[in-house]
Order: sequence, then structure tokens, then C-alpha cells
Amino acid sequence: MTDQVSLPWQDAALAAAVLAVDPAGLGGVVLRSSASPLRDRWLDLLRGGLAEGTPWRRVPLHVTDGRLFGDLDLAATLRTGRPLAERGLLAESDGGILLLASAERIEPAMAARLTATMDRGSVAGLHAAVGQRQGANFGVVALDESLDDEEGVTASLADRLALHIDLGAVARREQLQTAFTPKDVAIARERLGDIEASEKDIQLLCDVALALGVGSLRAEMLALRFARVHAALHGRSAIAKPDSEAAARLVLAPRASRLPQPEPPSAQEPPEESRPEGGHDNEGGGEIPPEGVVLAAAEAAIPPRLLAQLQSAVGRTSARSSAGRAGASRFSRQRGRPAGTRRGDVAGGNRLNLVETLRTAAPLQPLRRRQTPGAAGGPRLQVRRDDFRIVRFKQRSETVTVFVVDASGSAALHRLAEAKGAVELLLADCYVRRDQVALIAFRGREAEVLLAPTRSLVRAKRSLAALPGGGGTPLAAGIDAALQLALMARRRGQTPNLVFLTDGRANVCRDGGGGREQAEEEAQSAARQIRNEAVATIFIDTAPRTNPFAQQLASAMGAHYLALPRADARSLSQAVRESGMAGVPA
Amino acid sequence: MGDLYPFSAIVEQDEMKQALLIAVVDPTIGGVLVFGDRGTGKSTAVRALAGLLPKMQVIAGCRYHCDPAAERRACADDCSLRRGAKQSDLKTKSVPVPVVDLPLGATEDRVVGALDLERALTEGVKAFEPGLLAQAHRGFLYIDEVNLLEDHLIDLLLDVAASGENVVEREGLSTRHAARFVLVGSGNPEEGELRPQLLDRFGLSVEVTTPDDLATRVEVVRRRDDFERHPAAFLKKWKRRDGQLRRKLAAARERLEDVEVPDSMLERAAELCLKLGTDGLRGELTMVRAGRALAALEGAESLGDSQLRKVAPAALRHRLRRDPLDEAGSSVRVERAVAEVFGP
Repeated sequence: MTDQVSLPWQDAALAAAVLAVDPAGLGGVVLRSSASPLRDRWLDLLRGGLAEGTPWRRVPLHVTDGRLFGDLDLAATLRTGRPLAERGLLAESDGGILLLASAERIEPAMAARLTATMDRGSVAGLHAAVGQRQGANFGVVALDESLDDEEGVTASLADRLALHIDLGAVARREQLQTAFTPKDVAIARERLGDIEASEKDIQLLCDVALALGVGSLRAEMLALRFARVHAALHGRSAIAKPDSEAAARLVLAPRASRLPQPEPPSAQEPPEESRPEGGHDNEGGGEIPPEGVVLAAAEAAIPPRLLAQLQSAVGRTSARSSAGRAGASRFSRQRGRPAGTRRGDVAGGNRLNLVETLRTAAPLQPLRRRQTPGAAGGPRLQVRRDDFRIVRFKQRSETVTVFVVDASGSAALHRLAEAKGAVELLLADCYVRRDQVALIAFRGREAEVLLAPTRSLVRAKRSLAALPGGGGTPLAAGIDAALQLALMARRRGQTPNLVFLTDGRANVCRDGGGGREQAEEEAQSAARQIRNEAVATIFIDTAPRTNPFAQQLASAMGAHYLALPRADARSLSQAVRESGMAGVPA
Repeated sequence: MGDLYPFSAIVEQDEMKQALLIAVVDPTIGGVLVFGDRGTGKSTAVRALAGLLPKMQVIAGCRYHCDPAAERRACADDCSLRRGAKQSDLKTKSVPVPVVDLPLGATEDRVVGALDLERALTEGVKAFEPGLLAQAHRGFLYIDEVNLLEDHLIDLLLDVAASGENVVEREGLSTRHAARFVLVGSGNPEEGELRPQLLDRFGLSVEVTTPDDLATRVEVVRRRDDFERHPAAFLKKWKRRDGQLRRKLAAARERLEDVEVPDSMLERAAELCLKLGTDGLRGELTMVRAGRALAALEGAESLGDSQLRKVAPAALRHRLRRDPLDEAGSSVRVERAVAEVFGP
């Protein structure tokens, strides 16, 4: 059979058909692709398979919570004089598809609310008056437009979506053809309830998941559902090998966190374990255990991007992540915390808070009616200018402290280790205020982001575990990378701070070639860029003796210069805090 | 709406289940925090708890679930039903213990309560519309992804959890009502840490990890699959187990006051805390209380070594002074100290 060589476009088309059968049960799909005719084509495939009249709701990124979860229907509330609820998008998409535009930009808090709705299958309105729960079972299509080296959809959301598809692998639009008619899909939907899954099928999927290092148990549950739908689509009454293979390929493989070992002990044990209790081992009794076949199918389907990451063991993000980001103001709508309301005029871009305004006006209605005689036929509600309440936002901007560490030469290991310690110490303090920390190291020929901005101590510890050191000093590259990260943070509405740890002795140029003179020249010009962008910077000179070049560099950056020849973790974090950076009161 | 997954059908995760049951037996324990990997059944367990709780008596019609047996009026100025009425005249009814979800995006209005818009619009009366805190009174308040909760809500919760009372001073409203609830939070540490102030507020803290042996994983998937495909049959199958557990909980609650706490156990607890250098006395207190609740659950007459040992990690691991440079996790540190104090 040809199922060993399933082409990307075949799998993408298959995914659309499978999802159309049971959108809510499968959770949905992370559809990684730029906005393109190809993506539209895929969405058409999906939509074509859905039953007539199935809800299909598109959620723009800047949707308000009220619209999403349901809130007071103001028009109706005013008309009738009693609070009336308006259904939110989540409730409206019950039984259908919820399309999330630019899903990679959804904030974790919003994702958490979405996932809570998915878990419950119902949603409660925001306002107390409209708080009763409504059904909300839907499949999510998360349109992920992130580029290769960018972080995609929030993990907690992606975890609940069975399918992770990258349309980048599909060459042409015409290729996307489905083998299933809408009628096939409809029949599969009916048959779905009758598809049998044996203990062995479950064991097989769990086994493959373990071998691929898939952590979340949700993946296996979703894979099982997928296998069941796949079987139904192919007119089978029980899950068969091709179904498990497809599930492993489409559901488990994209979640792999490691490559299966050639002779994995975990893949060998299970058959032995299963015999005593199960005893139904007769069917697949060939030379190759079924897990082997399915695992091979899954392994072949690991996306190339993921594969490269797994092979290099540590999935590091490169420093170039800001390239091509559509629109400069990524989180311009991150307008801080709503900090209550105040009396004010609606002019000048202020946002009127209608509910608050009504609240203010409400108790005064009887009085006003009495005060304006002959107003019996007048408006039901009398709102005066004094009642206007506008939304006030607290603009607390988060800081991102980027450590830029010289990992070259002999002192590198020590310096890097101390910087790592300082990062962790700072994080321990920062998390109170939810500030973020990042770490860039430069050595050899280039700079590398060892730790992308994070506030998670757990993640920091994990990605800082292996620290490379030694080689030349590509200072200019380090400064460039730092500036890029800083500007990216600024676009996100955060305040970047840079902390350089180096002796300032550049000897590698941007192009990777040697030459102290040119390297120093480049470092100087890169440093001036930092000054131009006015990024707050601390320059910590780690040379045993203060050297003029470091001082020049620091002043070119407009940085605060500190000589700390024996910088250790504690004095480093102390220095950063004392300079008022990292948002922690000294 | 979907049925609730039965509590007794949750595979393994014993520490989490134990902590939640302890909080049911002794609500004064101060809440439970469940931190761990995605897809380990954190929220399933908490929501399943709702189906397990014995019913409680309330004054009929009271929006704050007033306890008829309570001496003091629970909702100081709002329960007009009680005012003037004689104790014996009160109508009571039994209702399920509330397990209230606090969604991350909830507005302050929704949480603390706000002006009753309907009455304000139609009658021009300033009346208070209770929020989630009132709903959760005498029950559980569950916050999923608690580490992502907005700061202003955290401040508010800390205040209410500490005082057991929700004081509302807004929009010209001035009211207060009792709001005593068991705070249950869950989250994934990779997405952000929790403020130490809030961390300390939780009595017990448990860590859950994804099971990595095949048999367990298969069992989890199989049961979940059963539940989703044939919910009615599945619920029926587990009803007895849940019922047994419910009776056990009710019995443990009654017995709780009678469980003896020998001085030697207090000394043990103190010794352990001293060894670990935990801040404040809350750790010791929680450990002894949790141990006592566990003893009640197990039907023991008095608190012993075995119960203290079992609850020590949950009661102490989040109270250790953090040293980010120490690679060993706090669980390991507690276990080490437990082994030293209690012997192997």
C-alpha cells in the first residue's frame, strides 16, 4: 500500500475531512500557514465537509471579552429596562467551528479562558446578570501565521487541538484535493458512535506517544478519537492499522519531543506486559511488532522543522525572530490593566464605559423624571453628561532584562555560569512583578539567544542547562542581537533593559572573519545604535583591569558603566537591581 | 453541558486526590494548589469534586447560602429573611456545595458583586447584586491557570480569603457579607510563577506529573474514552465508588473534632519545620491540621507518624525559602528532611 509514503498535501486534505466529521471531539487544528489562497482552499475543504448550517464564526484578534463570552445587550437592555444577555461568539459557534485569526498572538490569559470553555463545553457570560451557562462545544481552527523561528500558538491551546498542520509543505493549491465527498463525511459522522477501539489500539497509541516523548495525555486521547474518525471515514467498524498509523502521523508526530531510540526499551517491553493481562495478541503476531510500524509512520511524519530541533537536542530560538513581523505594534492593544473608570468626557479618544455610565445614571432616573415635567413621553432613560464614565487604563509596562554575555575565551565558562545565576536570581525577584528576563551569549562567530524572554524560572533553568563557551569575540553580532531583542520587546509594549557582560575586546567581525581593528570598529557602530534607540543599558566590564576600550564602548552605548572583574551571580543581580532596572525596588 | 467525570475514576495522582479530600474534611486548611504538566487531569479532579461533596443546609432563599445553624448572621446586613425571625421559623433546604469557577477574564464586578442593574433601571433602587465570592461562600472557589490571574484580582482574593469577608465599597454601595471558601488553584509552572503572597495562602500544594509508564497511560485514555462515549453507563459504573467516598468524607467530618493530636506529634512537626527553615508558623499548623484530617479519613483515633509523613510534602513544599541556585526541587528537600526526622 501507499500509506508509507503519505505526502504532506494528502495528510492536509485528510485532516480537513477528519475534522469535518467531529470538530468538537477533536478540539480542532493549528493551521500553520501565511494568509494565502492555499489556506483558503484548506478552509473551503473543511467547510465543504460540514453539515449545512453548521456555525462558522471568525474571531478577530482584537475581539472584546464581551463579544466572545457574552455580555449585556445594551440596546435591548435600554429598550426593555431590564438586563438582557447577548450571546457571545463562543456560544454562537456551539456545534461548529471557531476560527481564530492570528492565533499565535493570543495572550496566554485569553488562551486559558478559551481552553476552560473547551474543557467545560459551556460558557458563562461576563456579567452577573447574564451568568447562566450556555453550551459551547466547538472545534477551533487556530490560524497560526508565525514564521519558522517564532513561537507559535500558546502551548495550552495547542495541546487541546488534535491536528497540527503546516501548509508550508504543500506546494500547490491544486494539490489539495480530498478523496471524501461531503456525503462520506456525513455518513462517517453517523457511524462514529459505533466504532470499536480495543485495549490494544489504545496501548499502541500510548506506546508510540511514549516513544516520541509526548508528555500530555491529551495527545493520546485525541489520537484515539482521530483513529476512530479515520476508521469511520473509511467505512470500517473497528480501528485498524491504517487508522492508528494516520493518528500517529497527524496527531502524535507533530508533538514529538524526542526521536525514538533505535532499540527503545519502552517499545520492547509493552508486548510482554500486555500478554499476561490481555491475551489478545494473536492478530499482529508478525515479525515486526505493530508499534514498530506505526512508530515508523509517525517518525517519518515528524515535521522537518521539528526534526531539526530535535536533532540538535536543544530547541533554541534564533536571534532573528523579529524579521518580517507584520505590523510594528504587536500588542498595541495591550493597553495595560483596566484600572476602573472615572468621570470624564468622551472626546479625545477616551473609551466610554457604557455599563458604568448606565449604572451611574440609573439611580437618578426617578428624580430626573420628576425634575423635567412633561417628560412622560420623553426618552425612557435620561443620561446626562455628568454620568459619562470613561475607562481608565493603568499603563504598567513590563520590563524585559536582556543579559548579553561574552562567552568567548578562557573566562567564558565562569562568566556564563554567573550570568546564568544572575538570571535566575533576578527571575526569582521579578516574578513578583511579572517581569521578564532573557539571555544572549556570543562567542565564536555569532550570537545566540539562549533564553528567549520569559518569566518562568522553570523554563529558564531548563534552557540554561547546557552552556557552550570558548572561541572568538563577535561583539558586534552580540550587540546587534541584543538590540533586536530589545526592539522586539519594545514593540510588544514592554520596556527593554540590556545588561552587557564583557571585557569589550572584540576580535570577530560581523561576517565571521577575524581582524581586531575592524571588529572593534563594528562594535563601536553597533553600540551607537543602542544609544540612538535609547535603550537603558548597563555595561559590566569583566576585564581584570579596567580598560579604556570597554569604557569607550559603554559611553557609545550611553550605558551605565560598572567594573566588576569578579562578577558573581549575587553581585550581578544586585547591580542590576540597584540601578533601578528590572523593575524591582532596590 | 456535559457530565462531570467521577472523582473515583481518576487514575493515580494520589497526592492530588488526597489533598483535595483533606480540604473537604477540614475546609479551614486554607485551600489547595495543584501545579503541574498539561493534560494530567488537574481541572478534571477539581471539577469532579463537585459531584462528591455531601449536601449542605442553607436558609431557603438566602443568596449567600447562610448556615441555619450558625449563631452569627453570615451576611451581615443583607439577609433580611433572618432578621427578626426566630431560629425555629427559618425555612431551610439542602443544596449541593458550590464549586465556583473563577474565569481568568472575570471582571471585578463579577467577582465581588456590583450594583443590581435591573433594579436600578426599573425601580431606581440601589441594590447589591452578589458576585462569585458570594456564590462560593461555604464551598470551593476554583481558579484554573491561577498563575495567570490578573494582579488586581489576586489582591482582592487575598484580602477576602484572609478576612473571610467580602467588603464592597463601590458605586455608592456599601455592604459586606461573609465569604469563606476553600481556594483551589491549578496551573502550569512553565507559564509563569505565582506570587509568594498568594503561594503562602494555600494550605496544601501538590505537584502533578504526567505518568510515564504505559499501563497507567493506557488506563487513563481508556477510562476517558469510555466516559466520553457512554457517559451514562460510565457514571453508573462509578456511582457506587463515589457514594462510598462521599460517606467516608461525611464520617470523617464528624470524627474530625475527636481525633487526638498528641504532643509528640506537635514536636515532630515543629522539628521538621525547623529543619527546613520554613517561614512562619503556618506550615506547622497546616501540617498538623492536614494530618488530623487524614487521620479522620483513615478512621484513626489519633494523629500518628504515618499521617504526618503523608501530608508533609504538600503542607511544606511551597513554604521553603527559595534558592534559585539550588538545583534540587523543593519536593526533594522536604522528602530528605522527612527521612531525617522520621527515620527511613
